[in-house]
Amino acid sequence: MNTIPVSEAPRSLLIRILRHNPCDPDSAPHFESFELEEAEAMTLFIALNEIRQTLDPSLQFDFVCRAGICGSCGMIINGRPGLACRTLTRDLPQCITLAPLPGFELIGDLSVNTGKWMRGMAERLETWVHAQHLERVDIDQLEQRMEPELAEKLYELERCIECGCCIAACGTAQMHEDFVGAVGLNQVTRFHLDPRDERSDAEFYQLVGDETGVFGCMTLLGCEDYCPKDLPLATQIAFLRRRMVATAR
Amino acid sequence: MQIIHTDVLVIGGGLAGQRAAIGARRRGHKAIVLSLVPAKRSHSAAAQGGMQASLGNCLGASGDNEDIHFADTVRGSDWGADQAVVRMFTHTAPKAIRELAAWGVPWNRVQRGERDITVDGQRQRIEESDAAHGLITSRNFGGTGKWRACYVSDGTGHAMLYTMSNQAIAAGIPVHERMEAMALIHDGERCSGAIVRDLRTGELLAYIAKATCIATGGFGRIYRVSTNAVINEGMGAAIALETGIAQLGNMEAIQFHPTAIVPAGILVTEGCRGDGGLLLDRAGHRFMPDYEPDKMELASRDVVSRRMEQHIAAGQGVQGRFGEHLWLDIRLLGAAHIEHNLREVKEICRYFLGIDPVSELIPVRPAQHYSMGGVRTDHTGHSPQLRGLFAAGEAACWDIHGFNRLGGNSVAETVVAGMIVGDSMADFCDSAEGSLQLSTALVDRFARRERERLAAIASGSGGESAFEITRLMQETMTANVGIFRHGAGLQQAVEALQVLQRRAANITLRSSAAGPNPELVAAYRVQRMLKLAQCVAYGALQRTESRGAHYRADFPRRNDQKWLRRTLASWPSASAELPTLDYEVLDIMRMELPPGWRGYGDKDYIAHPDASARQREIDAVVAALGDTDRYRRQQALMPFKHLLPGHLRGRNARLGDPT
Repeated sequence: MNTIPVSEAPRSLLIRILRHNPCDPDSAPHFESFELEEAEAMTLFIALNEIRQTLDPSLQFDFVCRAGICGSCGMIINGRPGLACRTLTRDLPQCITLAPLPGFELIGDLSVNTGKWMRGMAERLETWVHAQHLERVDIDQLEQRMEPELAEKLYELERCIECGCCIAACGTAQMHEDFVGAVGLNQVTRFHLDPRDERSDAEFYQLVGDETGVFGCMTLLGCEDYCPKDLPLATQIAFLRRRMVATAR
Repeated sequence: MQIIHTDVLVIGGGLAGQRAAIGARRRGHKAIVLSLVPAKRSHSAAAQGGMQASLGNCLGASGDNEDIHFADTVRGSDWGADQAVVRMFTHTAPKAIRELAAWGVPWNRVQRGERDITVDGQRQRIEESDAAHGLITSRNFGGTGKWRACYVSDGTGHAMLYTMSNQAIAAGIPVHERMEAMALIHDGERCSGAIVRDLRTGELLAYIAKATCIATGGFGRIYRVSTNAVINEGMGAAIALETGIAQLGNMEAIQFHPTAIVPAGILVTEGCRGDGGLLLDRAGHRFMPDYEPDKMELASRDVVSRRMEQHIAAGQGVQGRFGEHLWLDIRLLGAAHIEHNLREVKEICRYFLGIDPVSELIPVRPAQHYSMGGVRTDHTGHSPQLRGLFAAGEAACWDIHGFNRLGGNSVAETVVAGMIVGDSMADFCDSAEGSLQLSTALVDRFARRERERLAAIASGSGGESAFEITRLMQETMTANVGIFRHGAGLQQAVEALQVLQRRAANITLRSSAAGPNPELVAAYRVQRMLKLAQCVAYGALQRTESRGAHYRADFPRRNDQKWLRRTLASWPSASAELPTLDYEVLDIMRMELPPGWRGYGDKDYIAHPDASARQREIDAVVAALGDTDRYRRQQALMPFKHLLPGHLRGRNARLGDPT
């Protein structure tokens, strides 16, 4: 029943980490290697905590849920963005290279300020339901009806966990720091689809109808390739682009 | 030192904290939220299966109302809850869910027509009505009389938290991320903000506020095996405890969730069983009906977890590589159902177990999940001991959960409490008591104290390791203060924690890294976590009965004669090694539902004489009322509406109400 394979002798992992502490004026970015004995069912969450507890207590990284649902632990794992908490070391070669996600302010080592970036994006794209009299909804009365299928579609787009992997994987975002990325464009399509949001296409155009928005995308598809939630990001961006082109005419 | 002024300071950026901040902001007060992490990464996002609210829309929910939700919650609590507060809660929950629906949460909706469901291992065909089409649907959960858990697939908390966070952003509420409250500023009577550490730079700053709200969630990380996020270390409850004034309620009431995956301890939702999943043992035998013929897999969590451990102890567990476990079987629900309604479960199984639950069994065992206890508050969310200090959500003991929380009542509590406490804080700020007369000397004294504490740790030379002490604390709690407790083990835990507390005063850091220094963080947090752990262990040792999730093998019966009371823990001084325990009696003569059998679990308990007296009184009141409606009957037994903010007192409309 148990499908976790048993290895003969545990591997000795070599974990190389790109390190830098911006709070320390003497710190310069450098790689540091740690040797660690692999354990069964070991994830990068377990490995990094073991490094911190036994080898270097100053190592900085971010985990919250350690279950793949909060989006805290995005990092570059052997050259590719991904969630560290649900990456099993047995799926990786003996030498593992870890680096912080590019495109975000560095806090230290593997910890980056995705929260600040995402808040800025949300403020700029106004990623909330815009409706008149929202403060005066009569909550004693029956809720507004919604087609069950539409509710499921909205959730499909809302499964984004703002981990930042799509930004790290995006050519445009790496060149233009004001590009809102797949995470931002996906959220715009989510609110565009939501009948509770009263904004018109013209208003959405104001938010994303330029090269920092939907026309900045070069369709390299890195976002969709590396989205840990398998969101249909390329389809959403293509849809939004068609709508915005039609709006501009 | 930077000093930031605000009207309302909310410590914690999850559902409860953000909703409280929105409430205060709407009343015209400046509110700031402090959060250890970006707000959308708070542990609220991990709630999977649903939020309890008695909308009564779908077929399985028809006939549901506040009365049934109230009775389920009180029985679930094993009569430990404050019944007036449970009434406030069950009355407001439908409003909370409707507000969130208007704000953008994509709640799953009722689809008219026939569909197949799984009940008691069998497929059944049901038909949803045209009238309910498009309204919010709900699923079955443990310990409830109706299908009441409203859901968004199995990402309910995530969807709620994103909508809530976005509304907080829309309201212009600043969230100061990566900030940790280190101490509450107070003069012995009045709380006036907090000393806070910036987790990006390590700097200390002060926030001065008329009202301060603790909304930091639970403290599951005092255990080795917990479904909780790694940030759930209870620092909000701990700094309240360290005031020496505020009290923590029912800290020994710890919930263990039946289905955490082995070995990672990650939760798979109760919705698995609510939707028809089964628990199997080593022989593939469905064992829950043997123990709980009525509710089977859907008894309350405390009961199911206990039965699972009992079954493992009887030699029926599966021997796995990571120790013993049981199986959760959701194969019978079918691929389509799992891919639509249990998709996060499917993802968790794929990534952490390498299995597909559509065709394979999920290895599960109970793990620490929820803290019923927390900062004791009155019905408005205000600390009775320390004015200006409020608490909401899992961090609080408000107290709707008593000794066992029902599934789906946690996210419901966060939002409902946020709505009510946001208003209470606004009322407090508006009142004469709310205005602050603060000396900067007081702020300086607390800032100096925290700076000295950190410096003492940084220069410590006792040779102890913060990580090692944390590990030993977690082992102690899991081994001796778990699902089955007994006097000898608890005594051992209390003594072990005292030793660890002494050792934690002798920590030596290996790293002097500039900035936040994660080792320093681990060191100051373990000192505080040990105090919380001691409140749990010592409270459990003193409570010589079994109630809800607190099970004493040496005192297996619930004892209403001696223990129908809430534990209140305070920490007498910085040098103390044990909390001071007080007890608050729950008055049966004021209860709407006097204590009895819960409808599941052990039938044997020591009754209080008042229970039958109160029941006779209730029967007389009901008889005197004659033919009346449920609202008047309820009002006659235990009035509660006056306890709510005015705008939350209206009746909840439901499908099929007489027009």
